[in-house]
Amino acid sequence: MIVAERKSINELVDMLPNGSKILVLGCGTCVTVCLAGGEREVSIIASALRIASRTRGLDYQVSELTIERQCDNIFIEQAAEAIEKADVVLSLGCGAGVQAIAERYLKKPVYAGLNTKFLGILEERGIWTEKCAQCGSCVLHQFGGICPVTRCAKHLLNGPCGGSREDRCEVRPDRHCAWQLIYRRLKGIGQLERLEKIEPPKQWSTSLSGGPRVIIREDHRI
Amino acid sequence: MKDRATTIVAFCCIYCAYAAADLAGSMRLQYPANVRIIRTPCTGRLEVEYFLKAFENGADGVLVAGCEEGSCHFKEGNLIAKRRVAYARKFLAESGLEPERLKMVNVSAAMARQLTEHIKEMAETVNRLRPSPLNTTKQSARQEAKL
Repeated sequence: MIVAERKSINELVDMLPNGSKILVLGCGTCVTVCLAGGEREVSIIASALRIASRTRGLDYQVSELTIERQCDNIFIEQAAEAIEKADVVLSLGCGAGVQAIAERYLKKPVYAGLNTKFLGILEERGIWTEKCAQCGSCVLHQFGGICPVTRCAKHLLNGPCGGSREDRCEVRPDRHCAWQLIYRRLKGIGQLERLEKIEPPKQWSTSLSGGPRVIIREDHRI
Repeated sequence: MKDRATTIVAFCCIYCAYAAADLAGSMRLQYPANVRIIRTPCTGRLEVEYFLKAFENGADGVLVAGCEEGSCHFKEGNLIAKRRVAYARKFLAESGLEPERLKMVNVSAAMARQLTEHIKEMAETVNRLRPSPLNTTKQSARQEAKL
């Protein structure tokens, strides 16, 4: 899922114009699961903005709504009335959600209430970790299902680097060395010979480095 | 500024602090009259927005009274509440309210005297900080007029 983190109330106050009707718009998908932009967080942020409005004399009028998915027009339609009534929309969706709303409402300012961080999983209660860098050319089969592009701090495809301490990364000692994990995993599934293959330099043009990506499925187009 | 009595909202867990408040009554213990006790099934049931909404709706101080750590009827409800109170305090600070207005305390059902002391301490904190600025602004005056 997409993992995001809230912006501080000070940052939000800086971006939101005084005296405006603000719709705090949540998203019921990824950012709900990562506890950043779901119905509960909408309620908390809206409350905090109302309090900030009154302590700082900002004269905000704050309303709240959470839709199932902000990156999908079908669900955005459900917010149409609330968006029309508001002067500005503070989206607690990921970056895709914010832009989906902004593209649909050309005359409505839409602001991002979250910092979208990465594609990851819930590692344990209250801890999310990055698992996929969306490089556009998956190599997971080669490395026992552990991604060196994302989880090795140096993105090495022919690791390890030699700087790891025990099983820890030298760049982030609180994180595992991805190559240690890959070795253990490949050993466990009896595929250690995969490490004998020298990986050629990665083709990064399929990643964001090649520009914004688009997928066209002709079979779904009319 | 209109002179206004302060209000303290105390969320009390039914298994400990609420019983302690009951005991305080039986023991004829005195505590500030401006505290409004809300019975809760467990402090772990309390969400961050409950605390913020209490302030929005006129509370000058909020006390969260749960069981002693390790004694929660639901094992970890009071530990969850402790984290949520800390998280809510961040929002208060960012929004311009003093975080000291929100506090968590731990008492057992037998600790009536300690509970009244915690309530008195919160009343003193609120007196020192003055009424919540939310209750002295134009918007709140408008809300009061509507009521």
